[in-house]
Amino acid sequence: MSGKTITRAQLGESVYQEVGLSRSESADLLESVLTHVSDALARGETVKISSFGSFSVRQKGQRIGRNPKTGEEVPILPRKVLVFRPSQVLKNRINSKGP
Amino acid sequence: MTKSELIQRLADANPHLYQRDVERIVTTIFDEITTALAGGDRVELRGFGAFSVKERGSRVGRNPRTGEAVNVASKHIPYFKTGKQLREKLNG
Repeated sequence: MSGKTITRAQLGESVYQEVGLSRSESADLLESVLTHVSDALARGETVKISSFGSFSVRQKGQRIGRNPKTGEEVPILPRKVLVFRPSQVLKNRINSKGP
Repeated sequence: MTKSELIQRLADANPHLYQRDVERIVTTIFDEITTALAGGDRVELRGFGAFSVKERGSRVGRNPRTGEAVNVASKHIPYFKTGKQLREKLNG
């Protein structure tokens, strides 16, 4: 448990080390992967990445919320939320039960 | 969209790349996220979202068949929080 935060920079560097492309092209491709995943989700597709997990979009209905400071009732409009379901492989890796 | 469809779409958008390189790019990204989480790190991709690990404490569960109480050990679970831009894009 080192508690670091990994960002685009380190992921881009890993892609660069792994594949024989330039640093800038590696960074562009990482961005392109994220864009393709986001676009598919925005179209309502489920994105399933084997041994990692799946991302799906769920529709939430309208409900009455409350402003916690004033106690005032405010409607929470219907909206779409993204749900990530980790695969068993990922869950096992995180609990160090091998790959 | 599955992982292989994602690879195919990227390969179609980047005809100058070998398919096997596109495969390695996609595999590397998800492997690196997995390794980071397994090491207790967070992965923050601004605009897309952040992956982190949360701890679930131990609890007393019940065998649903026999009704017997059993201890469930504490465990870690991966968690994803959607980024602001992606959330807006879904509702755009």
